[in-house]
Amino acid sequence: MPVVEKQRSDVILQYLRPKKKFPSVWCPGCGNGIVMGALIRAIDKLGYKRDEVCCVSGIGCTSRMPVYLDFNSLHTAHGRALAFATGVKFAQPNMKVIVITGDGDALAIGGNHFIHACRRNIDITTILINNFIYGMTGGQGSPTTPAGAFSTTTPYGNVEKQFDPCGLAQAAGASFVGRSTVFHTPQMEKMIMAALEHKGFSLVEVIANCHTYYGRLNKQGDPVAMVNSFKENAVMLGKAQTMTPDQLKGKYVIGTLHENKEATEFCDEYQKVVDVRMAGGKAR
Amino acid sequence: MPTPKRKLLQGNIACVQGALYAGMRFFAGYPITPSTELAEGSSRELPKIGGRFIQMEDEIASIAAVIGASVSGLKSMTATSGPGYSLMVELIGYAYITETPCVIVNVQRGGPSTGLPTKVSQSDTMQARWGTHGDYTAIAVAPSTVADTVTETIRAFNLAERFRTPVTVLLDEVIGHSRELITLPEPGEVKIYNRVKPTVPPEQFVPFVMTPNGVSPMASYGEGYRYNVTGLTHDTMGFSTNRADEIFPKLDKLRNKIMNYTDEITKIRVEMMDDAEIAFIAYGSVARASLQAATLARQAGVKVGVIQLYTIWPFPDKEIQQLTERCKAVIVGELNMGQIVTEIRRILPRELPIHTMQRYDGDILTPMQLLEKLQEVL
Repeated sequence: MPVVEKQRSDVILQYLRPKKKFPSVWCPGCGNGIVMGALIRAIDKLGYKRDEVCCVSGIGCTSRMPVYLDFNSLHTAHGRALAFATGVKFAQPNMKVIVITGDGDALAIGGNHFIHACRRNIDITTILINNFIYGMTGGQGSPTTPAGAFSTTTPYGNVEKQFDPCGLAQAAGASFVGRSTVFHTPQMEKMIMAALEHKGFSLVEVIANCHTYYGRLNKQGDPVAMVNSFKENAVMLGKAQTMTPDQLKGKYVIGTLHENKEATEFCDEYQKVVDVRMAGGKAR
Repeated sequence: MPTPKRKLLQGNIACVQGALYAGMRFFAGYPITPSTELAEGSSRELPKIGGRFIQMEDEIASIAAVIGASVSGLKSMTATSGPGYSLMVELIGYAYITETPCVIVNVQRGGPSTGLPTKVSQSDTMQARWGTHGDYTAIAVAPSTVADTVTETIRAFNLAERFRTPVTVLLDEVIGHSRELITLPEPGEVKIYNRVKPTVPPEQFVPFVMTPNGVSPMASYGEGYRYNVTGLTHDTMGFSTNRADEIFPKLDKLRNKIMNYTDEITKIRVEMMDDAEIAFIAYGSVARASLQAATLARQAGVKVGVIQLYTIWPFPDKEIQQLTERCKAVIVGELNMGQIVTEIRRILPRELPIHTMQRYDGDILTPMQLLEKLQEVL
C-alpha cells in the first residue's frame, strides 16, 4: 500500500466511533463512504475540535453517517434534520453543525425545512448526497429521479420532473451552494472545507451512486461504471457557462455555483437583538 | 415589606411566566389559535434574559428545534393547539425514546381537524396520552385557573427534567384566554429541578445507562461527552439494536422510570369530600364550574364534593378509588364526548353509578348545568 494511502485511512480511523458496531449499513461500493471520507479529511484539515462538531441527520442510507462519526450526533426523524439542527445551532451558536441528508430526506419530506433553513441563512453546512432514489426502503422514486428513469415506484418510467437542489437552495437564500460528485473527491473535499468555513447556510450537493437500486433498475452497471459516468458527465461551471441548455442535458455542472459572503446570518442577527434587550433597550 | 408581584395576566401569558420561572431559555413555535399569545409572549421576554425564540415553518419543525435545543442544554418549550399537536406527535415520540426533556403546551380547541379554532374543548385529553405511535408512558398536567397555569407549567418543566421526558400541559381556550389577578412566585419560592448531569469522565460515559430510578444522567452537546442520539430503539450506548435483551430493558425503562414514581407526579385537589355521597370529578376549566356547583349544592344541604385532577397522565387510579369508596355516585363533566370518563369507568367498581355531563359544541360547562345534572342524579 502506498504511504499516502495509509496516512489517509489512519485519519479516517481516528474519527470513527470506537464502540460502534461495524460494518456500516451501506452496500459495498456505496458512494456514501467516499463522502464520509472526504468529510473526515476536511474536518481534520480544518482542525475542528470534535466536541465542537455536531452531525445531524434524518432517515435514509445517507442519514446513518453521523452514527459512525465520533462527534456529537443526532440521528432524527425522516426529513426533519434541518429543523433539529436549527435548534442545536440556535442553542449553541459556537457549535459547528453539519447536516447529512439524502435527496428524499431533504427534498421530499424535508423540503419545507430545507427552503426555510436556506431562507434564514442559518450557519449550518448541509451535505446532500444525491443518488436519485430511495435506497433504504428499496429503490423508490425520489424528487431527483430524472424524468423517464426507472424505480420500483416508477416501473414504466418516471412521469415527474426532478428538483435541482442547488438552484432551489440559491433561490431560497442559501449563501454558499456547490456541487460535486463521488468521482471528484479532491474537489469535494475542498468544497466541504469551504462550506464549513463559510458563515451562513451552505449546501454541498454530491452526486453519488446507488448501484444496488438506481444503477440496477436503469442498467447503469456496477459502482465503477456509475462513478465513471459521473466523470464523463460532469462539467465544470466555467465550461458549462459556454454551453447551450441542449448540450448540458444529462450533465452535472460542478463547482462552487453560488457564494455570498455579505449575507447576514440568523444567529448573529438574533444575538444583536439579545444584546440590545439585555442592555435594557426599549421596545418600539 | 416587599410588594407581592400582583399581576393581571392572561392564561397563555401566565404560562410563559411559569416557564420563565422554571428556567425556559428556548421557545420554538408556530402561530395557531388559541395558543398564539404563548409564542408572542416568549418572543418578547426571552431576548431580555439571553434566551432564544424562533418562529419555525410549521409545528413539526417547532418540536424538532425544541428537542435539538434541549439536547444542547437549554430548557425548551413549544405551544400549539389541536391541529399543531397532531403534527407534532411523531416527534414527541422521538422525545420519548431519546428521553429528551421538553414541555409542549396544548391550548385545546374543538376538533377534529380545523374544528372550532376559537372555541373551548378538552377533546385532546386522550391524544396527550396516546398521540404518538408505539409503547410509552406519558405525563400530562391540566391547570384550571390562570394562577394554576403558572404553578402547573413550573411543575411540567420540573417533571420533564426529573424524568427526562416530554410533558404536555393541557390548557384549554377558556383558561388560555381568561384574565385573572394573580401573584407570581418570588425567586426561590418554588423548587426548580434541573436534569441530572453525568459526573464520570467522557470515556466512561454510558448515555442511556440503567440506573436504580431509570433516569440516566444527561450530557449536553458540547460538554465533552460525544454521544449518539437516535429515534431508533437503542442500547445503553445510544446505538440502534434489534436484540431482545436490549429492546426489553429500553422500553421497560421508559415505562418504569415514570410508573414507579407516580407519587412524585400525581397531583389532585380534593374539596368537600370528607362526607361526600356524590363526587364531581373534573379537570381544566370544568373543575372551576364543578367547584362552584358543589359549593352551591352544599349550601342546599347536599353532600357533594370535588376531585380535581391536576395530573391527568399517569392517571391517578388509586387516589380516585380511595376517595370515592363511600360515594353513591360520581359525576364527570368534560368538554368532549367522554374521554377521561373511560378511565374512571376502568378503575371504579361496576356497582357505582357514573354519570356524565358532556359538552362538545365549543362552549363551557356552567355550574348551573352541573347542578341540573346533580338534581337528576339525586
